[in-house]
Amino acid sequence: MIINHPLLGPRDSAEFVYLGDASLIDRPDPETATAEDWHAYGYLRDNPAGELRELWFHEGGDRSWLVVTRNTLTHEITSVEMARDVARAQGRSK
Amino acid sequence: MRYSGFNVIKQALTGHKGWKPAWRDPEPKPSYDIIIIGGGGHGLATAHYLAKVYGERNVAVIEKGWIGGGNVGRNTTIIRSNYLLDGNEPFYEFSLKLWEGLEQDLNYNAMVSQRGIMNLIHSDAQRDAFIRRGNAMMLNGADAEYLDLAAIKREYPFLNFDDARFPIKGGLAQRRGGTVRHDAVAWGFARSADSHGVDIIQNCEVTGFRIENGKCLGVETSRGFIGAKKVGCAVAGSSGRLMAKADMRLPIESHVLQAFVSEGLKPVLPGVITFGAGHFYVSQSDKGGLVFGGDIDGYNSYAQRGNLPVVEDVCEGGMAIMPMIGRARLLRMWGGIMDMSMDGSPIIDRTHIEGLYFNGGWCYGGFKATPASGYAYAHLLARDTPHETATAYRFDRFRTGHMIDEKGMGNQPNLH
Repeated sequence: MIINHPLLGPRDSAEFVYLGDASLIDRPDPETATAEDWHAYGYLRDNPAGELRELWFHEGGDRSWLVVTRNTLTHEITSVEMARDVARAQGRSK
Repeated sequence: MRYSGFNVIKQALTGHKGWKPAWRDPEPKPSYDIIIIGGGGHGLATAHYLAKVYGERNVAVIEKGWIGGGNVGRNTTIIRSNYLLDGNEPFYEFSLKLWEGLEQDLNYNAMVSQRGIMNLIHSDAQRDAFIRRGNAMMLNGADAEYLDLAAIKREYPFLNFDDARFPIKGGLAQRRGGTVRHDAVAWGFARSADSHGVDIIQNCEVTGFRIENGKCLGVETSRGFIGAKKVGCAVAGSSGRLMAKADMRLPIESHVLQAFVSEGLKPVLPGVITFGAGHFYVSQSDKGGLVFGGDIDGYNSYAQRGNLPVVEDVCEGGMAIMPMIGRARLLRMWGGIMDMSMDGSPIIDRTHIEGLYFNGGWCYGGFKATPASGYAYAHLLARDTPHETATAYRFDRFRTGHMIDEKGMGNQPNLH
C-alpha cells in the first residue's frame, strides 16, 4: 500500500506504524467521563467492512500522525490528512 | 455409514458405488432449539458436541457459503497447548486431549499427527521465560521438555545454529503437539453432527437478528426467517460484521494473516518449529510442502490477501533459522481474516441480549482450539454456564481488568 503523505508525497506503508480507528482522537473528557465511557474508548471498536478512517504514525519518516481513509475490503486509500488538522477541526487542540 | 477398513475393501470390490454423501442438504425448518451461525471448524464442532455430548437434537448450523470455507480451510494446521496463563492453558490442554481422541470420536480420519512442536530459544532471558512457560504447562497437566543444543542438533541438524545475531541456544518442545489435516476437521465434525440429526444449511446468509424486548427470537436469512430459542455466533473474522447487526460493538478488530506453502519436497522437517527471535513457524505437510507463516499484516482488513512487506518479513524469519528454505520455491500464499481481540485471547460468552451467544476473538490461534471451543460453546449453549476450562473467556474481563494477555501488549490488537 502507498500512503500519499500530505507533506512528503507517496510513501510505502511499511514506513508507518498502525494504531487503529481514528475515533481514538475523541478521547473522553477525564472531568466528566464514566467508567463505561473509558471501557468503550479503550476496548470497543466499530470494525467496519468497507471505509474506515484510521490513525497511522510515520515512524520511519517525519514522525507525523496521519488520518488515512482506507477501504478494509480492497485496501484502497481514498484520502490522507494530517491528524493534527483533523483534531484541531474537532476542537481537540487549543 | 460407518467408515472402516472392512467398508473400504467392500467398496473397492463393488466399484465404489455404495458411498453416500457425508452429510445431508436439508431445507431449513421454521424453528430450532439452537442455531449456530457459521459452518466453520468451531461452529461444526459446537454442533457435534451439542448433539453427541449434551443431547440437543433440534440444532441447525447456518453457513453463508460452503462449510469449511473460512479460516478452518486457510490456516497452518498446527495444534499445541504451550500457553502460560491460567485462563488459557487448561483450555488448550483440554483441546489437545480432545484432538488425541478426535478421530475415534468422529469415525473420521483427520490425520492428527503428533509430530511435536519446538520453540527455539535465542538468549538467556528467553530460556528463563520458556522454562517458566514449560513449568506452567506441566502444572496444568500438559507435557513440556527443555531441549539443549545437542538435542536440537540431533533432531534438526539443518538449522542455522551459529547465526551471528540470533544463535540458537536451546528449545522448548511439546511432543504431543503437531499438525492436523484442517479440511478433514470441518468435514469430520459436519458428518458427525449430521449423523446426530443436526441440520447443516449451506448457502444461507444471516442478514439480521430478530430481537424483541431484549430477547433474540431467531435470525433473518437469505432463505427467510428461522426461529430459535438460542442463537450462537461462531464466525471468526466476520464477528464484527455479524454482531453489528445486533447493534453490538466488540473488543475486536479484523486483521489479515498470510500463510505460505512451498513446492512439494522430500521429507526434510520432522516436526513443527518456531523462531524465537522473530515471528516464523514452519511444518511440512504430508504432501511435502513446507507450510509457514508469521505476523499479521497489522492493519484492519477484510480482504483475504495481504501485502508484500509482511511476505518479506516472514521469509527473512525463515532464512534466519533455516537457510535451506531459500532453495524452495513458493507454490502459493493466501490471507485469512482474524478477529484480533484486545488482549489476544478469545471470548466464549453470553451477550447482553437474552438467547444470543458469542464465540470469537480467536486471533490467529483458533485452529488448535477447535474441539475445545466447540465443546465449551456447546456447554454454554446447553447449560447456560461456562465450561470449567473456559470460565475466563468473558466479555466483561475488559471492564473488570481480568485480561488474559499472553504477550503483555495491552489493548492493541495488531500487537498480539
